[in-house]
Amino acid sequence: MRAVLPVVTVVAAIFALWYAGAVWLNAPWARDQAARAGVELTLPELVSATWSQERPRLPAPHQVAEEFWKSTAGTRLSSKRNLLYHAWVTLAATLTGFALGTGLGILLAVGIVHDRTMNASVMPWVIASQTIPILAIAPMIIVVLNSVGVTGLLPKAIISMYLSFFPVVVGMVKGFRSPDAMLLDQMRTWSASRSQTFRKLRWPASLPYLFPSLKVAVAASLVGAIIGELPTGAVAGLGARMLSGSYYGQTVQIWSALVMAAILAAALVAVIGLAERAAGRAMGGRA
Amino acid sequence: MSERFAVIEAKGLGLTFETGDGPVHALKDVDLAIHKGDFVSFIGPSGCGKTTFLRVAADLEQPTAGRITVNGMSPEEARKSRSYGYVFQAAGLFPWRTIGANVRLPLEIMGYERAEQERRMARVLELVELSGFEKKYPWQLSGGMQQRASIARALAFDADILLMDEPFGALDEIVRDKLNEQLLALWARTGKTIGFVTHSIPEAVFLSTHIVVMSPRPGRVTDVIESTLPRERTLDIRETPEFLALAHRVREGLRAGHAYDE
Repeated sequence: MRAVLPVVTVVAAIFALWYAGAVWLNAPWARDQAARAGVELTLPELVSATWSQERPRLPAPHQVAEEFWKSTAGTRLSSKRNLLYHAWVTLAATLTGFALGTGLGILLAVGIVHDRTMNASVMPWVIASQTIPILAIAPMIIVVLNSVGVTGLLPKAIISMYLSFFPVVVGMVKGFRSPDAMLLDQMRTWSASRSQTFRKLRWPASLPYLFPSLKVAVAASLVGAIIGELPTGAVAGLGARMLSGSYYGQTVQIWSALVMAAILAAALVAVIGLAERAAGRAMGGRA
Repeated sequence: MSERFAVIEAKGLGLTFETGDGPVHALKDVDLAIHKGDFVSFIGPSGCGKTTFLRVAADLEQPTAGRITVNGMSPEEARKSRSYGYVFQAAGLFPWRTIGANVRLPLEIMGYERAEQERRMARVLELVELSGFEKKYPWQLSGGMQQRASIARALAFDADILLMDEPFGALDEIVRDKLNEQLLALWARTGKTIGFVTHSIPEAVFLSTHIVVMSPRPGRVTDVIESTLPRERTLDIRETPEFLALAHRVREGLRAGHAYDE
């Protein structure tokens, strides 16, 4: 319970800053409107005007909450205007990309750890791949895949994979190399094959490295899926909601999509945290 | 020495590591025979090659000169035919496996059937007095118990040679005394041939039928002392004049090899 007060304080501070920011950013437009109408605004009037604009530069938290509620609970689930529908579209691409990225990452790590040539040749490319801005490469991936007839979820999932395999490779290479020399010597005294050494020693020893990598990867997957939705013509998904929101100046809509993305990311990371704890218990952890 | 079968036999054995600071002679011209049923301790200061000798016998290092046979085979063949169990300095139990599963690990790797794995696990845990602990995880056991589990694991697949590299080095003296006694009892019951690396003179004298005294730079054997103590011993034997005389001889051997020069 003692932890509650500091948390509440931090949340309150964030909201206070947010509201203050909304006043500061939206005040010029409110003053402008008032001047055109030929009225003088008192301070309370000005504040309330900045917190209730239809297209504010920075919507106030309650406006975002209202829009969020309206577009989730207040809209039919089957409707394409329901934010949950868009969240689902993005989530499907995220999870597909995350699965592909994790698989690719683990495979590459296995290769890098077991093969000297791969160790020397693959890692530089893996790092180089992450220095290319994803915003630059995403439209190319979409266009190229589209030209060979691949559309829909898969192109987005591939962009998502492109971002998420990296933390998995780096983490798992470290994890597979984590058993110390004595344990590897021990396997040798039993004449264990490479695959036995991998299954019975390297793989279980790498799990403490796997889960933190997966947490980073799943967040990157979500970013990748959203970015993948931007150049597709803004049909569906959280990325599409953000893009159409920016076309029409619907900042409240952009922000509620952002909040949805944040909730999704937090939920995904939490699920991996649960899996981590379950794995820890199954492996005789003290917790 | 008698005509007994030499389980480990080294002739002119040498191992030189090439390092940035020039070659390091970890072993040089080592001639040694370990016979069936012997308990042979290797003692000497750091860098004398005692651990290296054990590692060469176990095919964990490759010699650069001379030859060595284990059960009449090359170390590699001996390793592949499961001639020896190796106990390392640290217990080296896998933290995600229970004690029982740790002992079963070499058996799984070697392809024993499940029922046979269980039978052998129960038997060797009983040998090291750890029956009833098979469902515990390593962190739930004391250091001495972990090292006993590690010995049980090395015994599980019936190798007739046990190579032990300072297995009790990290334990306190009281625990070490008890484990030494248990190890002797286990040796008497199983009739294994044991190679045992240690830093401790009393430990070497108490346990061994033969004590190999080694010295560093280059790593070599300076003396092989045959124990005059009976095979069956209790800790009290350490107070006898015979024991003290042997300990003295070991110390003299170490001094002659310049072990105390630094």
